[in-house]
This record gives sequence, C-alpha cells and structure tokens, in this order.
Amino acid sequence: MTPTATKTRRPLATPLVPASPFPYNPGSLLSVYDLTLEALSHLLARATALENQDPLTRARTLAKRRIALLFYESSTRTRTSFELAAKGLGADTTLVSDKSSSIEKGESLKDTGLTLRALGAEAIIIRHPSSGAAWQLEAETRLPVLNAGDGMHEHPTQALLDLRTILAHLRPGVEEITSETLSGVTVSITGDILHSRVARSNMLLLPRLGARVLLCGPPALLPEVAAQAGPGIEIERDFEAALRQSQVVMMLRIQGERLAGLQLDLDEYKAIYQLTGQRLAAFAPTAIVLHPGPIIRGMEITAGVADGPQSAILEQVRNGVAIRMAVVERALAATTQGGRA
Amino acid sequence: MTVLVIRGGHLIDPAGGVDALKDILLKDGRVAEIAGPGKLKHTEDADVLDATGLTVAPGLIDLHVHLREPGQGYKETIATGTAAAAAGGFTSVVAMPNTTPVNDSPETTRWMQAPERGAVVRVFPVAAATRGSKGEAVNDYAALKAAGAVAVSDDGLPILKDNIMREALAAAARMGLTVIQHAEDTRLTHIGDKVASMNAGVTAFKLGLRGWPNEAESGIVERDIRLVSELREARPHLHVAHISTAAALAAVRQARRNGLRVTCEVAPHHFLLTDEHVGLYDTNAKMCPPLRSAADRDALIEALLDGVVDAIATDHAPHAVHEKEVEFERAPNGVIGLETALGLSLRWLHHEWKMPLGRVLNLLSAQPAALLGLKGRGTLAVGSFADVLVFDPKAEWTYNAREGKSKSRNTPFDGFAMQGRVRWTISEGRIAYDSAL
Repeated sequence: MTPTATKTRRPLATPLVPASPFPYNPGSLLSVYDLTLEALSHLLARATALENQDPLTRARTLAKRRIALLFYESSTRTRTSFELAAKGLGADTTLVSDKSSSIEKGESLKDTGLTLRALGAEAIIIRHPSSGAAWQLEAETRLPVLNAGDGMHEHPTQALLDLRTILAHLRPGVEEITSETLSGVTVSITGDILHSRVARSNMLLLPRLGARVLLCGPPALLPEVAAQAGPGIEIERDFEAALRQSQVVMMLRIQGERLAGLQLDLDEYKAIYQLTGQRLAAFAPTAIVLHPGPIIRGMEITAGVADGPQSAILEQVRNGVAIRMAVVERALAATTQGGRA
Repeated sequence: MTVLVIRGGHLIDPAGGVDALKDILLKDGRVAEIAGPGKLKHTEDADVLDATGLTVAPGLIDLHVHLREPGQGYKETIATGTAAAAAGGFTSVVAMPNTTPVNDSPETTRWMQAPERGAVVRVFPVAAATRGSKGEAVNDYAALKAAGAVAVSDDGLPILKDNIMREALAAAARMGLTVIQHAEDTRLTHIGDKVASMNAGVTAFKLGLRGWPNEAESGIVERDIRLVSELREARPHLHVAHISTAAALAAVRQARRNGLRVTCEVAPHHFLLTDEHVGLYDTNAKMCPPLRSAADRDALIEALLDGVVDAIATDHAPHAVHEKEVEFERAPNGVIGLETALGLSLRWLHHEWKMPLGRVLNLLSAQPAALLGLKGRGTLAVGSFADVLVFDPKAEWTYNAREGKSKSRNTPFDGFAMQGRVRWTISEGRIAYDSAL
C-alpha cells in the first residue's frame, strides 16, 4: 500500500475499441455516416429522378412491397413524408404508433420489431425517443432500418433534405458531391443543440462536403464539448456574429420535452437568440433560413422571417418527400423481391 | 473430512513470503503443512492433486459482488454466483445488500450464509448502511455484525446526506466495521426524470446520451474524506467502491498521506475500457459508475501500478438477457465479472504492463482480506483457511460468456483474450471448481 516513486512510463497498450458491426443491412440508414460521398451523390440524383418521374411509372418501383412505420413519438412532417414517399413508390405501408398498439401494453422494441418482420415488413422506418433505438432494432431484426429520429442522437434524412435545399440555393446544378462541394460555405445552427438530433446529423454531414458549421446557443443548450464532435465544427456564442458569417442560417426549436429539469428563461432566450427580420436584414441579408420544424412562431423565429423571402422552410418539407423516396428505394434495393437480407 | 495434497506446484503466497516449489497439505478445512517437493510428512489417505507446472496461490477474494438473492434469483442465485466465483478462482465473495428486500437485517444477513443457499465458496454479506438503503436512518451495526456482516454499504446508491454519512462512519468505527461508499452524487446524475446513462464527454454528446460527470464521484469522495478527517479520533474506515476517476483517486491518495484510513477498489472494466467501448449503444458496456475517458482509465492504471489502489473488485452485477436487450437508456446498470477478473488482470496488468505476478495476486487476495479483516484468508500460511487457487499462469484462452457459470451473460469482455487458466479452486478444503469436470 506504500506508493513507490512514480516513474515516467511509455504509453501503455490497452484493449482496442472494436470496429462497429453496423449497419448489419446494407439498405439501412441509421446515421449520416452510413453514406459515402459517392453514395450520397447517387442518392441525391435518385431523389431528383424519382421526383421528376411520371407518378404511375414511379409507383411500379416498389409495387406491393411492405414497409412499416414505427413511431414512438408524434410527428407531422417526417411521418407523412416517409409515408408519401413509400406510397409514391408503390409500397404498402402500415403505421404502428406507441399510442395505439401493444407497445402500450409493455411490448418491447425487440418484440415489436420481430412481430413486424413476421408480418412481412421488408423495412422499418423508426422514430423513437431513446437515442440508439434504431441501432437496437436493426441488430434484432437485421432488416433495413431507416432512422427517422432517435432521441437526441440522429435524424439522417433531415440532414439529407437540408443538404438538398442548401445545394439548390448555393450550388445549383451540381451533380457530383465531393469533399469540396460546400467549401467556403458557413452554416450556422442556433438553438437547443444539446437535445437536437437534427443538429447532430447536420454537423456530422455538412463538414464532409467542406462546409464550416457554426453552433450557437447558451451553454446550457450548447456544451463546449460539441465542438469536438467532428471536424469543421466551431462554437460562436454571439448570435449576431454567427449570422454575419453565415450563408445558411438554421434555427432550432427549444425542445421542452427533453429539457429534463433544465431551467431556461425564455424571455431572455428570445432577446438574445430569436431570428427577427431586423437581425436577418442587418447581419445576414442574403442567407437562406432553414428550420426542421415544428417552428414555434414568436419563439426562436418571428412569423415575418418564417414567411419571408429568405425562408426555405417549406422547400425543406418538399425536399423531404424526394429524399425519402430515394432512401426508401435504397433500403429495398439490396434485397430481392420479397426476400430478406 | 477429506485430506488433500497439492503436489508439484509453484506456491506463491505473497503475504506469507513464499515464492517456491512447494507441496501443500490441506486438512479439516485448513492449511496443515507446507514442505519442499516430496517432503510432506502426513500424506496417508490424502487425495492428491498434481499441480506440476501450475501455480498455487491463496484463493481470490472479491470485495464487491451482487449475488441477487434474496429476491432476484432470475438474474443470479447464491449457488450460481458462487459457482461463477469458483470458476474464476475466487474463494471468498463480499455480497452487496441491494437485494429484494434490501439486506438491512440480521435475519437476511444470516439467510444469505445458510447452507441451504448452496454456496460453493464463502459468502461474506455486506449489510445496508441505512434502513432500506434509503439514506435516512442508520441501521443497528452491532446486530448486523453479530449476524456476520463484514461491512456496511448502501451500494447502488450513495449515502448522500452529510449527517447520515457522519453517523454511519462513527457507528461503524465503534463496531470495527468498514463503510463502503458508492460515490455518486445523484443530484448530478439524475436530472429531472432523466438519468445519466454514460460518462459525460464528447462520446456521450455524439451518442445523444445524458452524461454522468466525474464530479459526481469525486465530490462525494472528497466530502466523505472530510468527514473521516473530522472523525479521525474514532479511526473510521472509509472504502471507496468501484473508483473510476482521476480526481477521486487524487483525493484518496491525499487522504492516505494525511494518515486517514481510506481505501479503494477498482474494477477490471474501469481500468481496461473507456467510454468509447460503449460503441453504438452496447448495453453490456453500461454500468454505474460508467466507463470513463482514456485519461481517467490511464489514471486508474497508474494508481494500480503505484499502489494507491488496494484491491481489484469485479462489481459482478448480473442482469437477465431480456433486461439488457432494451433501449440503452432503459437498460439496467451492471456487468458480470467473476469469471474474467483473473484472466484480464494477468493478461493486462501482469503480461502487458509488467506488474509482478505476486502483486497482481495481492490485489486479488491478501490486500482485500486485510482491508476487511478477513482472518485466515488471503494467505496460505499454516493454520489459515484452505482457500486455494491452482492455475496455469501462462495459458492463453478466449472468454465465451455463453459457457460461463453465472446465470447471466452481460459482459463487455465476450471474446476477449485472457491469460491464466484456473485448474482447481479449493474452498475451505473442498474442491469448488475443477476445470476437468
């Protein structure tokens, strides 16, 4: 028990972190990391092609294939656009929500997933309040799993539709995505970063295309450690300074349901971080304004900005359907008709 | 009573100062005689174990296990938990009181030690420090000690209130008992209705999980040391369970320099793995305290090598498969460890980091025995309990959790390379584990 003199030691070997086994299914989209830039280019091209296709021809793409939507959280945009996307490709969809299913009786995520698979689901689109739920579901079912938002973690299709919106405005006509496609572009993301899966997916995706991501918000909603999440991510606490540097201004909602006891003075928050017409005109007069929704008018964004000429919020929603058609098509492309991976 | 001779082995008994080829005679549950090869005097009627090429050492002692009985037999029973202990080379296990009901009574303490439980190695119960481990009222330590409790703890939960912790330390000191603290400031790890599920840091941020900050551990350890210092006349003994942070280690180191009776244990998962081993939500890498940063893990290794850590303890915490096959945040804390502690310690501490074999064995036997005053344990001196581990220190093998003796499978070490294979574990003169069976 007597401490001996401490010697300087060479770094000691320790057990390695094993490589991730995910995704188990090549059709899955769990994280933005699941897509190489090449796959991303292809996906964006497919989104455009499917969007432009004759609806009746398009509906033969996945005719009568079965896709389950498993939603443990309420959703308007994501659920509807995934459903429209799947149906647009001709697939049969079924919606299972935690409020009107055996989930209410205590059925586990594993059993729910295995039941959907036994019912013939060939892919599952999941939204869940727990970070990582999509990974668990994929590990248990080995089906193509599309992550439609897991807790505070990721929302990859939102980042993809945001990217499509950004490209349409800043890089119109670009077809090949490279690590320099968004060089020189600064995207600021302002608000409740800590609890936001949209922020995480975007901050991990956009720098891979050369963009610089500026995170902005108070320390309670934006811990310093966020800047270490990946390359190309910086923190700018001063909202107006962040606006001044941005070509893309992304605003986030305060997520009351995830604050978990955090005390926040909303009036003070609005005074510092609300995107008003005045601020936008003064500091980012040519930037596009994005918001993943739901927007709370008069909270993080004023009605004037949401409805104003710089707003691309409804374009984002439209892009959601196109992107999700491409993602759903990709999910089932790896498996043969009616077969399972 | 059987008489056993272990012949031809290399005896390492750090506490007894032996490191040589010796034969050893076990009789009536005690070590009866030790002599050079072939020199034992009373071997008639003895069963002989041929330990040629093997190492013979004091049976291992685990200061921190959860045997789940009473009340949670679907996770583990005293019979299956002690079978796992024997397979891992342990002859004594110190059983935490967070059972159902909580072990806060002499009746439960006795029940756990009754022969009907089917234990194959010695079980030393720890009684709850407070009624129901609720942290509000200190138990009757005299009665608990008389029933066989070797320490008090609310493990799984901290003794949070200053005045209750002070009272517990003082009452335990009067009875010569150790207070084992689960150092977690739950005011920092339970936020609203949400509970932190992994180490606070960039990995938790990236995974979208709420973080368990280091200060939640070190703050309680510092507070406890202050109380021990205030009570120094009474010589209370504080033992910090499953220490996991550099800051808490620094506090323990300083307390010791100040002459206070403060000890600590570290678990293999904490000195080997980091929060990155959580991977993509591996619930078998979820425990409390959580896997920490590389800097904290390195500080634990340093503290093991320089002697600040008193014991390696597993915090063996079995959970049924269905309990761990859930969303990460909903999964219970805890991993099993009895069957991997020796193999991992030899593989890493001894083989990789060059700690002498005798010191590794000390951390797993003599030191934990001394820490809780377990007389006649942790040594093979003549007259001590015949608690013996016979193993091949060179053997390399791969751990397969499905082949384990524990009822549960929740381990982050499945498929890990191990070194040192147990051949026999002998508990008070009886063979508790034989690898050939």
